[in-house]
Amino acid sequence: MPIDLVANVVISGVLTGLVYGLMALGLSVIFGVVRVVNFAHGEMMTIAMYATVALFASPLKLDPFVALLPVAAVFFVFGYLLQASLINPFITRPEHSQFMLVLAIAIIMVNGLLMIFGPDARNVQVDYQLESFALGPILVDKARLYAAFTALAVSAGLFAFFKFARIGKAIRACADNYLGARVVGLDVKRYYAFTFGLGSACVAVAGCMMILLVDVTPALGPAYTLLAFVIVIVGGLGSMGGALLGGVLIGVSEALAGLFITPSAKSMFSFGLLILVLLFRPQGLLGRKS
Amino acid sequence: VNRRAAILLAVLGVALAALPGFASAYVLSVATLILFLAYTGQAWNVMMGFAGQLSLGHSLYVGVGAYAAAGLFFHFGIGPWAGVWLAIVLCTAFGAAIGFLAFRFGISGVYFALLTIAFAEFTRIGFDHLDWTGGPGGLFIKVAQRDQIDLANFRGPPAMYYYAMLVLAAGAFGLCAALLRSRAGYYWRAIRENEEAAQALGINTFRWKMAAVLLSSAMTAVSGVFFAFYYNNLFPEQIFHISRSIEIILGPIIGGVGTLFGPILGAAVLTILADGITEVLAALGWEIPGIKQVFYGVVLLVVIMFLPHGIWPTLARRLGVAK
Repeated sequence: MPIDLVANVVISGVLTGLVYGLMALGLSVIFGVVRVVNFAHGEMMTIAMYATVALFASPLKLDPFVALLPVAAVFFVFGYLLQASLINPFITRPEHSQFMLVLAIAIIMVNGLLMIFGPDARNVQVDYQLESFALGPILVDKARLYAAFTALAVSAGLFAFFKFARIGKAIRACADNYLGARVVGLDVKRYYAFTFGLGSACVAVAGCMMILLVDVTPALGPAYTLLAFVIVIVGGLGSMGGALLGGVLIGVSEALAGLFITPSAKSMFSFGLLILVLLFRPQGLLGRKS
Repeated sequence: VNRRAAILLAVLGVALAALPGFASAYVLSVATLILFLAYTGQAWNVMMGFAGQLSLGHSLYVGVGAYAAAGLFFHFGIGPWAGVWLAIVLCTAFGAAIGFLAFRFGISGVYFALLTIAFAEFTRIGFDHLDWTGGPGGLFIKVAQRDQIDLANFRGPPAMYYYAMLVLAAGAFGLCAALLRSRAGYYWRAIRENEEAAQALGINTFRWKMAAVLLSSAMTAVSGVFFAFYYNNLFPEQIFHISRSIEIILGPIIGGVGTLFGPILGAAVLTILADGITEVLAALGWEIPGIKQVFYGVVLLVVIMFLPHGIWPTLARRLGVAK
């Protein structure tokens, strides 16, 4: 196997992995604060992908890199309202009850998309998808590179938000100590909703980027949900850096498995990695022991 | 059990036993599906409802059980009465591996649930690449002669499958009722409510959690064998898919987790609901792909919001059969 082919595949895996990482970051942030596993995460990702397709096909002909602003804003509001209305009453209920609730939401999302868009694959076609940068023998797709940079920039923004912004610090306080946060007068319910909105906005941006790389069908939702789980468990559920690291690891392992074995077996390696991490480092690679 | 409950149970039993005498082929197939889901839900309930271990990967045991028995039959002509033992051995081996690894390494809650999904998905993709069982193209068993009963190979008319499933569902119900009254039932519920307290009382929580996983996987193996010989075709994409695990656990959750009647009631309500929605939408002429599942999702949402403990606990109080 020529080394430059392997290098090409690894680089493309890293770039795709960063977009995966942003998707998983949304799941991780929501779980880390609200302690609810969003089993509708992949379905939200596909909704964002369809929204980008629709905006691109509309008379405005919005480029995905422009469309991500309105899509993320709408997703923030949607996530905020979802948490404030439906999910909040469930945060003290047992896990299987939360699972059922989010699953019902996911079923409605997948089939709502099926009703509106039908089962056929959709995509967007822009000029820079076919162009690439050449670095010696290594070719880097323009679309993939831009998507990865956007994912990194949004992640960096989120890190900064949690580190420096007042609301970000307050949310961290709610996650650290629920009772303590309430004692000092934080409106925990509102911060939970805000966090769910942020996680939704992350997955929205990831969806806008992902549509540049793959075609979307309604059935892709559950697959992305599973992928996001694998990534956050590998990286460490609730750890933000871990989500990005996990995304890159899974992106590279998928790409290499597709190259060396067969593309249809690629997720077997992801799940194998997940099982190993769960057994030997259940808190994830970058997670803290609880 | 109070007298009212005993009478209701007897009436239900007689009605179910007499059903093939007057039901149409369609009703019988729906009833068979309900019993299948009730039995499998009961098996899942042993693990989650009794011992508190949330499995979201029970399709693993249905699939491995189905492929074990169907593979023996397809390749060597060995019937399901022998195949079911291989199915049980393989499924309990999978269950033992998952349980041992998870409980030894202290994995619980959401992490345990995700581990069960990971094992099911891993096995699904494995079977996609396994030539012995036909890979993604599927494994097909010769369709049964509908007019003669061949018990040795479990081939026969729909009523035979119905009665087989009825016996299994009734057996599982009886077994679970007995277990709940036994030492195991009390230990499991102690673990479910508070594992640390149970351990402090001297219960070997590892051993009893393993027992729940092994029993649940063995019971689910049998539903896999039934599935193979009833539907006659197996595809990894269908039998191991996470949507099958979800189908299995919806019944007990909607009916009432940890109750004896919950899995049966939930399976009946959900199956009739799904068919009812199909009929109503067809009558209205709204046959857009996906619309049925949207309604289904909305009903699930409403039930889980307003009946957090499932339908049965509320219904039992209304019927006056609650303990």
